[in-house]
Amino acid sequence: MQFMLLFSRQGKLRLQKWYVPLSDKEKKKITRELVQTVLARKPKMCSFLEWRDLKVVYKRYASLYFCCAIENQDNELITLEIIHRYVELLDKYFGSVCELDIIFNFEKAYFILDEFLLGGEAQDTSKKNVLKAIEQADLLQECRREPPLTVCFLSAQLTTEKPL
Amino acid sequence: MPAPIRLRELIRTIRTARTQAEEREMIQKECAAIRSSFREEDNTYRCRNVAKLLYMHMLGYPAHFGQLECLKLIASQKFTDKRIGYLGAMLLLDERQDVHLLMTNCIKNDLNHSTQYVQGLALCTLGCMGSSEMCRDLAGEVEKLLKTSNSYLRKKAALCAVHVIRKVPELMEMFLPATKNLLSEKNHGVLHTSVVLLTEMCERSPDMLLHFRKLVPQLVRILKNLIMSGYSPEHDVSGISDPFLQVRILRLLRILGRSDDDSSEAMNDILAQVATNTETSKNVGNAILYETVLTIMDIKSESGLRVLAINILGRFLLNNDKNIRYVALTSLLKTVQTDHNAVQRHRSTIVDCLKDLDVSIKRRAMELSFALVNGNNIRGMMKELLYFLDSCDPEFKADCASGVFLAAEKYAPSKRWHIDTIMRVLTTAGSYVRDDSVPNLIQLITNSVEMHAYTVQRLYKALLDDISQQPLVQVSSWCIGEYGDLLVSGQCEEEEPIQVTEDEVLDVLEGLLVSNLSTPVTRGYSLTAIMKLSTRFSSVNRIKKVVSIYGSICLQMYSYSLQVQSTHPPCFTGSIYTSSLFYRFNLHVLYYLVSLLFQANDLLDLLGGNDVVPVIQTTLPTKPASAGGELLDLLGDLSLSSRTSLSLFLSFSFSHSPVITIHATNTTEADMTEFVFQAAVPKTFQLQLLSPSSNIVPALNQGSVTQVIRVLNPQKQQLRMRVKLTYTHKGSPIQDLAEVNNFPPQSWQ
Repeated sequence: MQFMLLFSRQGKLRLQKWYVPLSDKEKKKITRELVQTVLARKPKMCSFLEWRDLKVVYKRYASLYFCCAIENQDNELITLEIIHRYVELLDKYFGSVCELDIIFNFEKAYFILDEFLLGGEAQDTSKKNVLKAIEQADLLQECRREPPLTVCFLSAQLTTEKPL
Repeated sequence: MPAPIRLRELIRTIRTARTQAEEREMIQKECAAIRSSFREEDNTYRCRNVAKLLYMHMLGYPAHFGQLECLKLIASQKFTDKRIGYLGAMLLLDERQDVHLLMTNCIKNDLNHSTQYVQGLALCTLGCMGSSEMCRDLAGEVEKLLKTSNSYLRKKAALCAVHVIRKVPELMEMFLPATKNLLSEKNHGVLHTSVVLLTEMCERSPDMLLHFRKLVPQLVRILKNLIMSGYSPEHDVSGISDPFLQVRILRLLRILGRSDDDSSEAMNDILAQVATNTETSKNVGNAILYETVLTIMDIKSESGLRVLAINILGRFLLNNDKNIRYVALTSLLKTVQTDHNAVQRHRSTIVDCLKDLDVSIKRRAMELSFALVNGNNIRGMMKELLYFLDSCDPEFKADCASGVFLAAEKYAPSKRWHIDTIMRVLTTAGSYVRDDSVPNLIQLITNSVEMHAYTVQRLYKALLDDISQQPLVQVSSWCIGEYGDLLVSGQCEEEEPIQVTEDEVLDVLEGLLVSNLSTPVTRGYSLTAIMKLSTRFSSVNRIKKVVSIYGSICLQMYSYSLQVQSTHPPCFTGSIYTSSLFYRFNLHVLYYLVSLLFQANDLLDLLGGNDVVPVIQTTLPTKPASAGGELLDLLGDLSLSSRTSLSLFLSFSFSHSPVITIHATNTTEADMTEFVFQAAVPKTFQLQLLSPSSNIVPALNQGSVTQVIRVLNPQKQQLRMRVKLTYTHKGSPIQDLAEVNNFPPQSWQ
């Protein structure tokens, strides 16, 4: 996989993961063009399109588009499964994930992605293992942080308080 | 100093902005606060500030001033700091900036950290964006971790190693010992990433490929276990056990089995098993089947297995899921050359896909349909493809039209069918037809001697309906110019002949000349046609009048063609070049015919004298094979002193005095070799010939010979030149002489 983009139906970027070295300018250009192309697709069209010299696999979940650019020798159908697996991980972590979760907790969305994929490939094919690792790492944040100067309780959904 | 605003608070605030300007203002304010916080070296809130910066970066705002802060976070002891720091590094830093190298030491330390999650962060970052220098420095650490018994780290190290190898291929050898026991792991994560690593190594190095071939039995065993084992909740996806691992193993098997009979045989059974036992109701099963098909087609599989694979693709074509249909068409396109007969069996399904709503599917179905056309199915296939041409999107029409022409040329069951098919394309998609089709079609029509009357009649009728589609108009004009006599005499056998007079024909052709819809090229064709009719029709006076009115157009077209000639390199064989050459060819005829109708003086007046660049036709004693063949018979009727073939063109171009460049091109079907250009000038001139570009003038306008001439003319006299051309054509030596007298003044002044 060369990169993965998450964006809303209005074309607002919610997550960008790049596995190839590109300048900020190039990334912006690619993002703009690809978002435009994908948003122009009609619902009846298939999830794959050729774009420049890459294959693009995209799928819409509620108000978010998940878009991956893969190389010619990669399997498009299994990429759909990769995307689905990531959505399942987010769903399990956030409890019925929605776009707002990803907006307000974007850094966690990245942490989960980085625990699932490394260099564009799946590290672990077990949902349980990935979620367990995230959980443990979150606890590590909890243990290691300095005690807060002011006590502040966030919503009950979050079991650990994040100093962010 | 109040604590900096929290991340989620900032996000909430920014989202309340109603305009872009409002948002920008909020962002600028916050960035200023963050900047001063950074300046104060605040450790407590650095993490929070960088996180906010990352959010603003995602919105599209610059965040480079946070780069060094990320490095400080990475160096911190706090896990939260490291997590955000590494995330920031992956988002804000890139290998083009030297600052990224400062990370190297931190990563090295973290790779040896006591906490595996910190090690994990380091491996992830290195494997995602490590530069070649970083990879070189840290490869040793990665290799160490590849040998650890901790599967959490081992799986990450394997993928990190993949990245290292991609960046610095020479380091591949170093990872070889660590790969020894990778496949004996039970942990699926390690297995999956190991297979990815092995795949990368085998793809990059033939030696590695040979070395790892011995793993085939082990891979087959693992795959078998996955299929045969019962339900495993941890790795199950819709009833299939670890599809991700299955797909990767199949891909590695493909690489190992390619061009190796033994390996291919060893995997034969398991491939057949996967192909027949995998559940196809969900996407995940089809993903595995797809990979299996790709593997079967790529290795040295036995024919039974190949047929099985193609049949799977055939079933995919009938699947309701358009994604599945798409991959089926893509795969069939790859195999249609090698397994043509097997793919033919699915022809009707493929043709049905032409009606699909998805553009990519339609395109593939079209390409595949053309690949499947043969002598047996041409009539049926062409019907479907012409129907498709009528109704498809404009983006397809050019390719479809070209495909139809090619297929018709190869497999036409009869000449009449062929002409009818061409007519259909020209009339329904005439404006999308490629420029280079026009000369090809003209050639085709020329060769179908018995169909001339029918063709010209149909084309004339098409012109009456519509003159907007340029390729149609050009071909029609040409035909009328050639066979106008047949049209007027009403000689058609194939269908009811129409009654049309010479004047009506000339009306139509003149209409093309004046129409706004006609391009300059089209005007050229119609003017040429009118000229040619001067030898077939009796209304010569009318034609003369036309030429004197439109003579200046002739001139424009001539210089246009030369411009095109000089701006495109000689070996450019694209459509512009061929059509301009053919077009110039038309103009040479024009030139000739004009010279027949008028005296030399009148001619010069007509054509404006000074700007004319003369072109020399050379004599060839043999009969030419080019499209000009038929035309020359026309000239023969006028009893010229020598037969000209118009097969070798010699043109002169002048970029600046005293440099003249000659270009020689050849429209016959054989190369002209040992080509030598010699020139002689009057005594008052001095001539210098530089080396020619080559001494072969390639056939069919596929290139040209150019040669630069320098002419010194101290007495500023009118340049005259005697030219001698010697070359070998189809084995016979040929010599041509010609004299050129009307060089334009700028070439010798």
